[in-house]
Amino acid sequence: MSRLFWSVTLVVAGLLLLFGSMFTVMENEQVIVTRFGKIVRGPIGSPGLHWKQPFIDDVLRFDKRWLEWDGEPNQVPTRDKKYIWVDSYARWRITDPVRFYERLRDEGPAQSRLDDIIDGEIRNTIASHDLIEIVRSTSREFEKGDENEDRVVNPGDFKVELGRDELTRIVLHKASDITPEYGIELADVRIKRINYVDSVQVKVFDRMISERKQIAERSRSEGQGKSAEIRGKIERELKQIESEAFRQAEEIRGRGDAEAAAIYATAYNKDPDLYQFLKTLDTYKATIDQNTSVVLSTDNELFRYLRSDK
Amino acid sequence: MAKNGGFGNEPDFDFNRVAGIGKKVGASFLHRLRWVGLGLVLLLAGLTTYYQVEPEEAGLVLRFGRYVRTTAPGPHFMLPFGIERVLKIPVERQLKEEFGFHTTRADVRSEYGRDENDERVSNMLTGDLNVAVVEWIVQYKIADPYLYAFRVRNVQATFRDMSEAAMRQVIGDHSVTEVLTVGRETIQSKARERLQELCDTYETGIRVLQLVLQNVDPPEPVRPSFNEVNQAIQERERSINEAWAEYSRVIPEAKGKAEQAIQSAEGYATERVNQARGQANRFLALQTEYQKSPQVTRSRLYLETLGAVLPKAGKRIVLDQDLKGLLPLLQLGSQEK
Repeated sequence: MSRLFWSVTLVVAGLLLLFGSMFTVMENEQVIVTRFGKIVRGPIGSPGLHWKQPFIDDVLRFDKRWLEWDGEPNQVPTRDKKYIWVDSYARWRITDPVRFYERLRDEGPAQSRLDDIIDGEIRNTIASHDLIEIVRSTSREFEKGDENEDRVVNPGDFKVELGRDELTRIVLHKASDITPEYGIELADVRIKRINYVDSVQVKVFDRMISERKQIAERSRSEGQGKSAEIRGKIERELKQIESEAFRQAEEIRGRGDAEAAAIYATAYNKDPDLYQFLKTLDTYKATIDQNTSVVLSTDNELFRYLRSDK
Repeated sequence: MAKNGGFGNEPDFDFNRVAGIGKKVGASFLHRLRWVGLGLVLLLAGLTTYYQVEPEEAGLVLRFGRYVRTTAPGPHFMLPFGIERVLKIPVERQLKEEFGFHTTRADVRSEYGRDENDERVSNMLTGDLNVAVVEWIVQYKIADPYLYAFRVRNVQATFRDMSEAAMRQVIGDHSVTEVLTVGRETIQSKARERLQELCDTYETGIRVLQLVLQNVDPPEPVRPSFNEVNQAIQERERSINEAWAEYSRVIPEAKGKAEQAIQSAEGYATERVNQARGQANRFLALQTEYQKSPQVTRSRLYLETLGAVLPKAGKRIVLDQDLKGLLPLLQLGSQEK
């Protein structure tokens, strides 16, 4: 009985000792070991089974992964006095758990420190740049949907010097100067959302409407202009075609007439007298009809034989 | 010992005997318990050593929390009692995230909803400082289960943040016209590229398969004016088209008529020349004969002509050659037949 008791006790104690002195580190964890609140073993980053002093050593676990930081939407004025909501996010991780533990203990305070650091930098950066610098990333030319677009909005207004990428890089750079002292590494700060504050939004909508109206107006009048232009072109081409045709036709006719005249002349020049005679006869044929009175003198050849004196 | 309670009803209570029996029973009980215990341990070992990975999954095996291997779909064994544990990640599954709207009922005819949060997601500034409402979906796959499981906490939320940031950045670099009309393809592919870049930077292990823009609209209050622009453009096209239609009706006709006029002139010219040739040749033929006896021919022609012509005349008056001054007396014009 007592042997059984002791052996059971021994096994249990052994197990307790065993379990008390080993701990696992997960793939996504890093730990520090404290003894009575004092850090005795610095960050253990390699996952697997590890050993510690039983009962007196505590294991503090920290995440090794990229962690979220999601800022509250902030109302910020830009340099050109436009009020916008900015909602940003960042990814960070604990690179130095010892320092992190010393300075911040755990993630709660870390988040609020990051709030202070990143929000502040974002505010500063946005307030010292124009809105367009935060919205755009490059100065690429916009593709035009309609040529009128370009006449209403001035593309020069939308050129940027730095652009969003550069600005967030500035924020990241400045914030990254501070975070290492908390054992934190910032991977990236990004602006998730930018929106106009409501009162500005209304004005923006008004501007959009008036811009669109202008574009519409221009399109309409352009349509009328173009169609008038086409009609003018029709008229011009019509005149051109008709007059050209007239000219050609007249020239052709003239050539025909000329050739005919030349032929006649060559032929008739052989005997102009005969030609005149024949032509006269033809004229008689052509002109005398029932309405014609013919007055003939007896000295006409026709009546030669009526005359007695000859 | 409670199991031995039945013996306690014996009238002549002999402790030693009872104890003896107790010892005997206890030994056999312990003996049995050992087998039961061993059985239980084996059962537990069996249960904790076997696992199955579904066809769409990859199994990540952790030994004391350390990643040791990835196993393919099928039945597998691992070290028991939690020494090894398995994490199953659905690597073959196509996952989808919706932005700016959400499916309320997925069916043959799905229903979609938009709430306040969706609106915040979809409202964005364009590069010309206008506002557009953009809805999109992203389809993705877990390409690297190790990264997905161990490199980023709360991958889904991270992924949503990245997707919004990427889309806004791309939209922010396009004009509202590009966003609404001509730039859709470019925006999709640029946003997809950016999102993939971010996924790689954060070691999410996600591969973006597709990013598809859904409804892209101007904000509600300005929508009518955008429609007006479309209408105006239609109108412009229409009036230009009409003018061109007139052009293509009128001009070919005029060209045809011009051609006709030219052809007819050609005809005239040919006719004139042929007539001239004919008449000239006729004249020349006649002239050849005439030369042989001019007097006779001349008289003949003259008399023939008069013979043909005079009968047609309405009035024939013959005057003596010596008679002068009579002509004015004849009322030539007013004479009817």
